[in-house]
Amino acid sequence: MSRNEDLNRTKERIEKGGPEKYHQANEDKGKLFVRKRLEILLDDGVDVEDAFFANGLDKNFPADGVVTGIGRINGQKVCVMANDSTVKAGSWGKRTVEKILRIQETAMKLEIPIFYLVDSAGARITDQVEMFPGRRGAGRIFHNQIKLSGRVPQVCLLFGPSAAGGAYIPAFCDIVIMVEGNASMYLGSPRMAEKVIGEKVTLEEMGGARMHASVSGVGDVLVSSEEDAITYARKYITYFPANFRSKPNRMQAFEVQTYEKPISELIPKNQNAPFNMFDLINRIIDEGTFCEIKKLFAPELITGMSRINGQVIGVVANQPRVKGGVLFTDTADKAAKFIQLCDAFNIPLLFLTDVPGFMIGTKVERQGIIRHGAKMLSAMSEATVPKISVIVRKAYGAGLYAMAGPAFEPDCVLAFPDAQIAVMGPEAAVNAVYANKIAQLPEEERLAFIKEKQEEYREEIDIYRLASEMVIDDIIQPDTLREELIKRYSIYQDKNVQFTERKHGVYPV
Amino acid sequence: MHELKAMMAGSVWEVCVEVGDKVEEGQDVVILESMKMEIPLASEVTGTVKEVRVSKDDFVNEDDVLIVID
Repeated sequence: MSRNEDLNRTKERIEKGGPEKYHQANEDKGKLFVRKRLEILLDDGVDVEDAFFANGLDKNFPADGVVTGIGRINGQKVCVMANDSTVKAGSWGKRTVEKILRIQETAMKLEIPIFYLVDSAGARITDQVEMFPGRRGAGRIFHNQIKLSGRVPQVCLLFGPSAAGGAYIPAFCDIVIMVEGNASMYLGSPRMAEKVIGEKVTLEEMGGARMHASVSGVGDVLVSSEEDAITYARKYITYFPANFRSKPNRMQAFEVQTYEKPISELIPKNQNAPFNMFDLINRIIDEGTFCEIKKLFAPELITGMSRINGQVIGVVANQPRVKGGVLFTDTADKAAKFIQLCDAFNIPLLFLTDVPGFMIGTKVERQGIIRHGAKMLSAMSEATVPKISVIVRKAYGAGLYAMAGPAFEPDCVLAFPDAQIAVMGPEAAVNAVYANKIAQLPEEERLAFIKEKQEEYREEIDIYRLASEMVIDDIIQPDTLREELIKRYSIYQDKNVQFTERKHGVYPV
Repeated sequence: MHELKAMMAGSVWEVCVEVGDKVEEGQDVVILESMKMEIPLASEVTGTVKEVRVSKDDFVNEDDVLIVID
């Protein structure tokens, strides 16, 4: 056999990955082979693949357990790191780690997005001294991720397990897309938990995709198949520039979807009645462009990218339909990360405000609602991208502040004619101020007194009063919101602001 | 059997169903009042109301079971 024939045969062998039985096992679970995943994710598969021969001489390995390279998505160059679970369950050895480090360093040099296709059992304990503790050990992967964060987009598609230390790869990504039934993340497996702390749980309860997408918030998007995960990832990245130095691409503008009811007829006059904020969002964005993040987590706040007249914006909207739109600890976490994501990659922000405030009570105080709320305020305040705040209905208490209120340098605060901005709503305020007086009144006079005081209060916080005091910048007809936003974003897009001078803030986390 | 729980602390503003009623997934079955807001709670399943454990003005804590649906 000539050296050339030998090369071809060796390549063929390596491309096949691990033993046939593991391919079959994956297929049974609806899992695609690593090279197939890359073929679907990338426009024309991997264009450039290095360290293909890693572990080539090791008798126990068909190849190394990870594929790294560069390809394109919608024409944009991206780096990829994809575990091959047919090779020792995608576990990390010395060369696996080195391959991952090198592709991260390539992403850093080229300043292009990096995609992590994770399906790995974690560290190979037999190789630990070579791959775990050292300067170019697994810890360096996370160090690199932290360095890359905010510099280039980092996307994680979680197709299988992401165990122990490996679970930090998703944690440091901008977004984690999880396939229900197959994807999981945990520091200790159920087997380990039973041995060490005596807890008996299933894998799904411990670290399943649905749990992480709805309870822990470590996952961002729950999908039902690998194909759906890839479709989402390809759509997601269209909203982002290649790195923090550039702006997202403008795309073809679409008309807004048409509805029978205009915005002005949508919003209940009663401040306390629920309504669905998605109905408003759909009436101002280009049809079909909403890309929601953390749909199942803290749904009392809606976060996602979309386009208005072809231009990308990040939407942060209270959802009065769920939990009254009240802000909780998880809500603040969700908002803080999304705002940071948009600000890092020059995506203008839109705040749609209808919020009764932060939740009160012992439960949330013990959870540290104050520091969580402070975290949301920090992220919002630091964001220097164009920021527009729209008071849709009510903005009470620190809710006003958290949703880019006037004090936090939004480019403008717009309000609908029925909007109310106040420390608290009329019911709570009258109760707070006149509680003693009300108690002293004869019972038959109480209701009339309360009503009178509430009316006075409403006049006090009337939106024209606030406009006259220049608290807000404009009062607009709800049905003109889209046009108003298009006009204003096109003006604010040239904004050039540096937040402040320092090394970095000391964040309330 | 499915238990509908309070998603946050508050008081019961309205119970929209009675024992024996058929309910659809997504149908509002209880409205809570919390933070001065009306908070509709929808059934997560389609079925028949088996138990109603709360009535108007009751205070409920997060995770309290309000209604059982079969």
